[in-house]
Amino acid sequence: MLWTVTQTLLTGLATTFQIFIFTLIFALPLGLLLAFCTISRFKPLRYLMQVLVWIIRGTPLMLQLIIIFYGPGLWLGKNIWGGNEAGRITATVVAFTINYACYFSVIFRGGIEGVPIGQREAGQVLGMTKSQIFFKITLLQMIKRIVPPMSNEIITLVKDTALARTIAAQELTFAGYSFMKSAGLTWPLFYTGIFYLTLVGLLTLLFNLIEKKLSYFR
Amino acid sequence: MAILEVNHIEKHFEKTKVLEDVSFQLDEGKAIAIIGSSGSGKTTLLRCLNFLETPDRGTIAVKGNVLFDAARPASENEKDIRTKRLHFGMVFQSFNLFPQYTALENVTLAERLLAKEKPDFKQNRKQIVEQIELHGMKLLNQMGLSERAWHYPHQLSGGQQQRVAIARALALQPDILCFDEPTSALDPELTGEVLKVIRGLAECKTTMIIVTHEMAFARDVADQVIFMDGGLIVEQGIAKEVINHPKEERTKQFLSRYTKG
Repeated sequence: MLWTVTQTLLTGLATTFQIFIFTLIFALPLGLLLAFCTISRFKPLRYLMQVLVWIIRGTPLMLQLIIIFYGPGLWLGKNIWGGNEAGRITATVVAFTINYACYFSVIFRGGIEGVPIGQREAGQVLGMTKSQIFFKITLLQMIKRIVPPMSNEIITLVKDTALARTIAAQELTFAGYSFMKSAGLTWPLFYTGIFYLTLVGLLTLLFNLIEKKLSYFR
Repeated sequence: MAILEVNHIEKHFEKTKVLEDVSFQLDEGKAIAIIGSSGSGKTTLLRCLNFLETPDRGTIAVKGNVLFDAARPASENEKDIRTKRLHFGMVFQSFNLFPQYTALENVTLAERLLAKEKPDFKQNRKQIVEQIELHGMKLLNQMGLSERAWHYPHQLSGGQQQRVAIARALALQPDILCFDEPTSALDPELTGEVLKVIRGLAECKTTMIIVTHEMAFARDVADQVIFMDGGLIVEQGIAKEVINHPKEERTKQFLSRYTKG
């Protein structure tokens, strides 16, 4: 039985991990882009961003996921995601990317604004371009500042992947729950918890490492 | 011949006038000190020269080329402004060293980035980088910091940081080096080493504009002095004469605070 459960949970973990990794891959750059929009000098763009962030942060991720997965089918009369598991994972990644990009954008903005203006000015008087100033001066200082809030957010993402079960994606929690439903077993639920703990534990180690790597400057 | 000609510069922030009809000239190899109380517009003037602020009126010319003319606001692209900025070097009050880079990297960063834009960079990469490093080391050596080249800013004292910042500003060989109160953020016992370095630059005929509260230093090192008050140049002339024998009442008042204290 242990082996069967482990196998099922590993399959669930694969789905969980896919949602996690793809959300990060898309939401991190998108979040940075949104952060630039929120500090743009073009006012309409700034207001638009404020409204977007308000809506996304102001409504449950579960609700967003349901709307994104079922909405197109109900409005357009056809399911753009496809009815299979891959389609469910894709829809989840899309919903999560939008949601997390908004949270990330707020963290990025704080990080960028936390770098003293004098740093940018020093780059300017040395004849650097805007992109050189960002990539060679601001970026690393920003990263150093945002590691703690980012680690929080990314750890939350690990556990938010469990929401994918709302649209019947067979992720880790779905897998653990299935044994309770079919055989009345509760221990697989605790076993499932260990999977999450391991994943979060590894991430914590990674963030500690990054923090340490960046401690060479102040 | 004047290397720098500043004519009728005017600058407002919202409705406050911070610079009014500021004109002066600076000859090559000379140093000019700008003195005046806080809020008199000294820093804003320096920032205008470095294109960190845009004047509302007036012109700025270097070596006879008009770099800025408020009457003809050319659609400035980033590249043009960058080129113009390179006529000036800037040393900030709060150093503004890049914390993630060593002293040497701080000095060489801009030069390396500029070198990358040259067409022959890929072919002669090793040679060019080596040359830039050598140049950086030479500058740090000139500042008495060759042993600190691989230290990060937070490992250096304020005086050392400011000297690195001076080396960094010199790296691109600007025509005019600007100092914005270079010793104001330093502990009193650390100002000496920075002033000594600037004095050395003056002896080597570096063209400089120095905003400072160190009157004795301004008198001894600068050739000319400008006294500003309320955004206006109240008095300008030969440094020793103006500081020892000011003519204007406001200058006298300002300087008396320093001689008494």
